[in-house]
Amino acid sequence: MTEQQALYKYCLRLGDNALVQSYRLSEWCSNAPTLEEDLALTNFALDMTGRAQALLAYAGEVDGNGKTDDDLAYRRGEREFYNHLINEQPNGDFAHTIARLLYTSTYEYLFYTELMHSADERLASIAAKVVKESRYHMTHANDWAMRLGNGTEESQGRMQAAIDGLWMFTGEMFETDAADALLRDKNIAVDLGKIKIKWMERITEMVKLAGLKMPQGSYMQTGGLKGIHTEYLGHILTEMQYLQRAYPDATW
Amino acid sequence: MELLEKNEKLQDNKLGSFEAKIERDDAIEPRDNMPEGYRKHLIRQMSQHAHSEVIGMQPEGNWITRAPSLRAKQILLAKIQDEGGHGLYLYSAAETLGITRDEMIAQLHSGKAKYSNIFNYPALTWADIGAIGWLVDGAAIVNQVSLQRTSYGPYSRAMVRICKEESFHQRQGYEIMAKMMNGTAAQREMAQDAMNRWWWPSLMMFGPHDSESPRSGDAFKWKIKRSTNDELRQKFIDKTVQQAEVIGLKVPDADLRWNEEKKCYDHGPINWEEFHSVINGNGPCNNQRMAHHKKVHAEGAWVREAAEAYRLKEEKLN
Ligand SMILES: [Fe+2]
Ligand SMILES: [Fe+2]
Ligand SMILES: [Fe+2]
Repeated sequence: MTEQQALYKYCLRLGDNALVQSYRLSEWCSNAPTLEEDLALTNFALDMTGRAQALLAYAGEVDGNGKTDDDLAYRRGEREFYNHLINEQPNGDFAHTIARLLYTSTYEYLFYTELMHSADERLASIAAKVVKESRYHMTHANDWAMRLGNGTEESQGRMQAAIDGLWMFTGEMFETDAADALLRDKNIAVDLGKIKIKWMERITEMVKLAGLKMPQGSYMQTGGLKGIHTEYLGHILTEMQYLQRAYPDATW
Repeated sequence: MELLEKNEKLQDNKLGSFEAKIERDDAIEPRDNMPEGYRKHLIRQMSQHAHSEVIGMQPEGNWITRAPSLRAKQILLAKIQDEGGHGLYLYSAAETLGITRDEMIAQLHSGKAKYSNIFNYPALTWADIGAIGWLVDGAAIVNQVSLQRTSYGPYSRAMVRICKEESFHQRQGYEIMAKMMNGTAAQREMAQDAMNRWWWPSLMMFGPHDSESPRSGDAFKWKIKRSTNDELRQKFIDKTVQQAEVIGLKVPDADLRWNEEKKCYDHGPINWEEFHSVINGNGPCNNQRMAHHKKVHAEGAWVREAAEAYRLKEEKLN
């Protein structure tokens, strides 16, 4: 694997995480418990779409294959996507969406804070913008975790079930592959070991504040880094890529 | 007896000052006295307007996950958020008249409050997203520009804010149509089909002809309404026909003709039977839109209860 190939894959992974999250968050449009929350979640979807655009555009440039952000988003198959499985899981109830946002936004906040110091200037500048959004997403997730965890008996039960149910998808966020190793040596990629400790501290703290119990399971799902996904990704791509696939000669 | 007379006089003076304000084109503000009919009329109109913004998120939201490019997706997401935001301003503006958002939503669910009929039509293809932005928002702007001068201060100010965003929506919708008309044969066909389906319902958005709803009503007397339905419809037609021609779209009206004498377009007859049938619940999406709003509202109840329970607990602690 060359540095160029490693960087291409790294950008795809980050871009795919944003793209798939943008899809799931978009599904909340006209479906949220309040109008304010509808706007908040679709606003996060908008952030994620912009993030995907920046990262996939860079991936295309790194690869030099002449592919645009849209080519990479809309013309790749399910085995060529590298997002974490947690991001493609169905929204479930509102508690599940908040639990996922809690896990992923905390991760992203820590991840992009580190990536701001990447030796790759382009990634560092993308990270500087993303970190602000992530901080906001994390605050939002924390606020809701507090409300749901400490709200009613029902909301507490749902929030506990949500953090428990998604727990087995959290381990994958800290997995590394050959691309990470190569880019770590060049100070381009983030040290995920370092992030993992901070992430665990923050999540443990937040779960406690929300009056909930830390999930216990130790079995962790894996596969995204190799492009092996849950069945859900195929359906996401089917819907998302429909127009580009059905009208390959059209521009939109 | 004397007291009663005094009271009546006082009331007269207060109403007198309302009428004087209307006469002078001064804005009526929430604390000002206003006739009960004025308040009721505004609540009905403003809540309907707010509900329309919110229900309108459904047909457009239906396309977010299928938007054909990252840019298109961003524009659509931003637009739908604007519409939700318009819903929020309008609910708050209506709340100044002494009704809560919960009450307005209950009225929507019971059928007492309405929303714009246009959202009872389905958004079937991507071109519909273009047509909605261009035609539906385009028609809404014409109406809303006129409402910037409406007599109720909070409503008029909400319209000023909203109009700025609406003109973006209209341009972005037009851009989608233009791109498709510049694209493949399949895209052009899709665009023309959307035009054919959305043109007439857009004209119906302005409501019945003036012969059916005369200018002399309360809404005009109180300066809530500043232009008649036909005046607004004409404005919309005149600006839109030219835009259609520029990109090669045909307006689906065999009777459409430039009237040199009146310096505007004459149009063919509007199918009011369809209009009334859709208003009365028989449109393609009436049931779907309302069922969806009710379902989401019911599903979100536990979340709103939790937020309220948490707020009360925090209040006790502090
Ligand atoms: Fe609108
Ligand atoms: Fe609007
Ligand atoms: Fe609009």
